[in-house]
Amino acid sequence: MAADRFEPHPELAPPAMTIGVVGWLRQNLFSSVASSVLTLLALYLLYLVIPPLIQWAIVNANWFGANRDDCTGGGACWVFIAKRLHQFIYGFYPEAERWRVNLTFGLLVVLMVPLFIRAFPKKVWLGVFLLFGYPVLAFFLLYGGFGLERIATDQWGGLMLTLVLSAVGMVASLPLGILLALGRRSSMPIVRTFCVAFIELWRGVPLITVLFMSSVMLPLFLPEGVTLDKLLRALIGITLFESAYMAEVVRGGLQAIPGGQYEAAKALGLSFWKSMSLIVMPQALKLVIPGIVNTFIALFKDTTLVIIIGLFDLLGAVEAAIKDPNWLGYAIEGYVFAALVFWVFCYGMSRYSQALERQLSTGHTR
Amino acid sequence: MRLTQTFAAGAFLFVMPFAFVQAGTLDTVKQRGHVQCGVNTGLPGFSFPDDTGRWSGLDVDVCRAVAAAVFGDAEKVKFTPLNAKERFTALQSGEIDVLSRNTTWTQTRDTSLGLNFTGVTYYDGQGFMVKKNLGIKGAKELDGAAVCIQAGTTTELNLDDYFRTNNMKYSPITYDKGAETVKGFEAGRCDVLTSDQSQLYALRIQLKDPDSAMVLPEVISKEPLGPVVRQGDDEWFNVVKWALFAMVEAEDLGVSSQNVDEMKANSKNPSIRRLIGLEGIAGKGLGLPDDWAYQIVKQLGNYSEAFERNVGQGSPLKISRGLNALWTAGGLQYPPPFR
Repeated sequence: MAADRFEPHPELAPPAMTIGVVGWLRQNLFSSVASSVLTLLALYLLYLVIPPLIQWAIVNANWFGANRDDCTGGGACWVFIAKRLHQFIYGFYPEAERWRVNLTFGLLVVLMVPLFIRAFPKKVWLGVFLLFGYPVLAFFLLYGGFGLERIATDQWGGLMLTLVLSAVGMVASLPLGILLALGRRSSMPIVRTFCVAFIELWRGVPLITVLFMSSVMLPLFLPEGVTLDKLLRALIGITLFESAYMAEVVRGGLQAIPGGQYEAAKALGLSFWKSMSLIVMPQALKLVIPGIVNTFIALFKDTTLVIIIGLFDLLGAVEAAIKDPNWLGYAIEGYVFAALVFWVFCYGMSRYSQALERQLSTGHTR
Repeated sequence: MRLTQTFAAGAFLFVMPFAFVQAGTLDTVKQRGHVQCGVNTGLPGFSFPDDTGRWSGLDVDVCRAVAAAVFGDAEKVKFTPLNAKERFTALQSGEIDVLSRNTTWTQTRDTSLGLNFTGVTYYDGQGFMVKKNLGIKGAKELDGAAVCIQAGTTTELNLDDYFRTNNMKYSPITYDKGAETVKGFEAGRCDVLTSDQSQLYALRIQLKDPDSAMVLPEVISKEPLGPVVRQGDDEWFNVVKWALFAMVEAEDLGVSSQNVDEMKANSKNPSIRRLIGLEGIAGKGLGLPDDWAYQIVKQLGNYSEAFERNVGQGSPLKISRGLNALWTAGGLQYPPPFR
């Protein structure tokens, strides 16, 4: 009787050409003639570039030593980077006081980690402290005071300076940008005119000009003997410049919010500030996260321009180091190192913004 | 009336930094406890941070000499790295006390900026570097050459003047940074590379095979590089001027950091005794301690020691003394007598 029962034939395995490595290759790399040609061409280009690069950066490179005589491999001379690493990170910050820099940035990392953990309790207060308490703490740690030796800002440099410049620029330009964006959409003519004029003025000049003005022209207008700290001048310049860009990014977000949201907020009887901070801004800012992070990344890289006013950020420290007669000719190593550090930071920011977008996504997409 | 007043006030604000001069830079410096010195953000042999982050170089040593003269301590100096464009503003506005930043002494700068040059640290001049295998012996044979230029303040202008006056043609290839210029030269983009001579040597040792290139003997421009101070403060002007003279005079008299203590104890030579401050006017005219010149020589050495250590045989640059030799050796360094 068993023959009466319907026995489905066992399923056949999919064709060998469509699964596993072969299938993946066929589907992604060799799906058509043109695709195959491009794949082979790309492989050839990689073959041309990668082996010499590895040869230069790893196989023939010298990693340990004391001076240029130890660089005999014919490849990269990482000894130079190793010898100068402290200068690339701390600039001219005195050796005995470097723990303060480590502490400042270590503290920042420790405080930031909970922000990434979703279930962490009382995150708001931590955020408030990070925005308002921490900068004060960081200032006294880095600059001195309360028993700590004063380290003038002309001794700050390297990666530390890059981070200070960009962190201050980011933290200060976002709220300023939000205010400017709101001002630009305001119905009050004076406020609107001021905001439009401010934004257009700062967006209309290159950052390099702003820095130049701050370092070359400003001292001529100040009374004799009065000198504004160079770093402070740069910080103010960068902040005002970036806030103009930030304002336009935020304004883009504000324009994307349907009018019904504004009207609904008004109908609930919320004041202007309440409707903005509770209804409109949370939605608008969430929309423009990519734009904001884009501006942040640009700002991070723009900080290298401070070299033209004699501040040594990471790139500036590298450029000064390659002028040492004892290390002449190792410019490439220096630039590669700087590029790598910048890439790590910018990529980190980019990944963080993507994670944030996913986390805040409230399902407008289907 | 209001308008004129406002205008006058505005004009006054603008002109003031040029017209006014701080009363007594020397007193200000003494009170502050250190000399604030403007240097280059990075120029091989002249001004650069070494492995430990300490500023070194010939220009930097001039700053240290001033500190040694004023305080008896060459370390009582702080450095402000400056760009070419902001260097004079920094001095005019009082941000720095002295500018020692490979600055060429020219009539315009000396007379129209409210500044004074105090002497010549280094006699430089624009020169050429060629590959040896071209077989070129002099700059006059360079007709039709492709020239790599490191974009600088006057490099391109001097080059153009030189080729025009000699009725020669050239095609310029301009680079921004030293490292790029060297790569261009090495890759054969140009036959000849031009820059200030002091920098040609720094560019040369960046070649894979430095011996494959040579610096031509011709110098096509005069570039006397020296320290600069604000005009109108003669006391400070004298201090900076004589700090440099003391180094050159020490070399002229054979006094070095090695033997200065022995000279101080035993020397009968009146010139040496006056330099060290045992006789004569010593530091009185300058408002400095009597042993000011002794401190310079003791802590930094004489001009020869500073030169060889930073750019000469003791450094990777190995620049020969040339015009910077003493007047007795065919050079131009000629200190006025200390008496």
